[in-house]
Amino acid sequence: MQELTNKRVAVDRKPMTFMERLYIPTIIKGLFITVGHIFKKPATISYPEQQRPFSPVFRGLHILNRDEQGREKCTACGLCALSCPAEAITMEAAERTKGEEHLYKEEKYAAKYEINMLRCIFCGLCEEACPKDAIYLSETVAQANYTRKSFIYNKEDLLIPNPNETH
Amino acid sequence: MNLHQLVFWILSVIAIGGALGVILSRNPVASVLFLIVTFFAVSGHYILLNAQFLAIVNIIVYAGAIMVLFLYVIMLMNLNGDVEPQKSKLLQFAGIISGGILFLVLLAAFKTTQLSTTPINASTSIGLISELGQVLFTRFVFPFEISSILFLSAMVGAVVIGKKD
Amino acid sequence: MLLLTIDWSFIIEKLILISVILGASLGVATYATWGERKVAAWMQDRKGPSRAGPFGLLQPIADGIKLFFKEEIIPTDANRFLFILGPSLAMLTACMASAVIPWGPSIELESGRIIALQVADINIGILYVFGVVSVGVYGIMLGGWASNNKYSLMGSVRAASQAISYELAMGISLIALLMMTGTLSLAEIVNQQHGFWENGWFTWNVAKQPLGFIIFLVCAFAELNRAPFDLPEAESELVAGYHTEYSSMKLGFYLFAEYVNLFISSAILITLFFGGYNFPFMDQVAGSVSPVVFSIICVLVLLTKTIMMILFFMFVRWTIPRFRYDQLMNLGWKSLIPLALVNMLITGAIIIWVLN
Repeated sequence: MQELTNKRVAVDRKPMTFMERLYIPTIIKGLFITVGHIFKKPATISYPEQQRPFSPVFRGLHILNRDEQGREKCTACGLCALSCPAEAITMEAAERTKGEEHLYKEEKYAAKYEINMLRCIFCGLCEEACPKDAIYLSETVAQANYTRKSFIYNKEDLLIPNPNETH
Repeated sequence: MNLHQLVFWILSVIAIGGALGVILSRNPVASVLFLIVTFFAVSGHYILLNAQFLAIVNIIVYAGAIMVLFLYVIMLMNLNGDVEPQKSKLLQFAGIISGGILFLVLLAAFKTTQLSTTPINASTSIGLISELGQVLFTRFVFPFEISSILFLSAMVGAVVIGKKD
Repeated sequence: MLLLTIDWSFIIEKLILISVILGASLGVATYATWGERKVAAWMQDRKGPSRAGPFGLLQPIADGIKLFFKEEIIPTDANRFLFILGPSLAMLTACMASAVIPWGPSIELESGRIIALQVADINIGILYVFGVVSVGVYGIMLGGWASNNKYSLMGSVRAASQAISYELAMGISLIALLMMTGTLSLAEIVNQQHGFWENGWFTWNVAKQPLGFIIFLVCAFAELNRAPFDLPEAESELVAGYHTEYSSMKLGFYLFAEYVNLFISSAILITLFFGGYNFPFMDQVAGSVSPVVFSIICVLVLLTKTIMMILFFMFVRWTIPRFRYDQLMNLGWKSLIPLALVNMLITGAIIIWVLN
């Protein structure tokens, strides 16, 4: 049979020689390896103070975007919910009334918008499906919590803060 | 009363108390522990007699090894007061009689012994290891070797019993 | 009358010495736990404890506080007295062995008074250590039995049989050394290893008894219940052994006693085989500084050697995997004891026919 790789090594089943049965040279060899690791740079980082950079294609928690005037971009078309393979997104649409132009960019907006983070697989298809560039996957990860209910993020959790509103 | 005597009395009380505990306690594990306490007190007596080697060997061999094996067996057999087999009245009667006879013999032996009033003028270093070795390998070499053969035969016996076939 | 016959200054001197030695051994043991975790981390490319204080130096104190405040559970049907006696005995025997170690040369004060840096120079020194170690087995056995748990009992039986088996090889390997030194007193043994080089050979016993040293070292690993022989407390398998039912500071005592033992036995190994407080060119140093300073240097040398020994124990722990139980017994009974006997015979032959 043709070999796929040249990494095959035949197992040596010869009885151990006297030097091998002494066991001590092998222990010393092992000690050299482990003691050598003492002088290597640790692979650990002190996490909260020091953070590893995310990969540029990292997909974390979702955010709902606003435009420059602070209006919600989402128009509740439902394409994100449709594209979601895990069926994690639910929404309810509502029509924009007079006087709400400063809140919503489009004539139709999402009155309710929920993502179940326990179902979400962070594939990013919602981001790609969105025609209005309203939903993005950020670089944060979902916080741990005690209840299942707390993992259903509603619109207030997902919306980025309004840049025009000063607190 | 000087310090020496004070220590002697304390050790004696511990030794006799421990020995009584061995035979009076219902729990076999407690008996073994009392026996260990007795061994320690006896070792203390050896030290008072300046026989340090004997004292420490008593602790290493008896308290440290043999009693551990005793404890082993008793712990693994899970003996306690509830499962103790009831001995027949006849056996108890025979025990009382033989014990009483032994006591009488001891009493008679004590009565005839004359306590030497003059202190023994042995050198204080007789219990130390180098002197002990000298004595063991010159004056007492025959009993010493005999006892080593006894141990050897015991070891051979253990190996024979322990062999599987 | 009784009180007058006691030499009070002697008692006070010894009391101070004992408290200093106890404090030092407990302190070193405390920081050995920290050192163990650091060494383990470094060997596995990690960082180790780093949160409590600078470099995690307060970690052992935090661990101690944690253990003290944990709930104390004594199982129902456990023998209360023996359950508490177990860890106490383990701790007591761990601390007792330090009494015969000579920590430094005697200091002669100007008033003519000689202060020995050894609690008791008894002429059976090393046998005393053996006695204490053999009594230490009871701490484990009683703890395991008193827990009223069959797994604890099996663990304690395992631990005790390991300790007894390796005590034998340890004793025989030591006999060869004692045949060369001709004394059991540790102070005397250290004095014989004065300096470093004399009459064309090393004065330290490790060069005179290399095989004996290796056997003694392996047995010390087994007696200390340290990897690769840490079966008595195999955390990841065998239901943790004799201290399964222990919690709170009683568990802490068992674990801490192990580190005290580590320190003491390292010091004994150094005393027996690596010249104790002796160091090369010590005569030249002694000539140029005052006796008190010289003694302090000697104590520091002994401590440095001991800490290096502890580090070696740790390196081995994180290098070699745990032995299986039958391998452990095979090694002890079928390899180490015959080897130690052969070593003893060879040593005797050399003493009779070569050295005389």
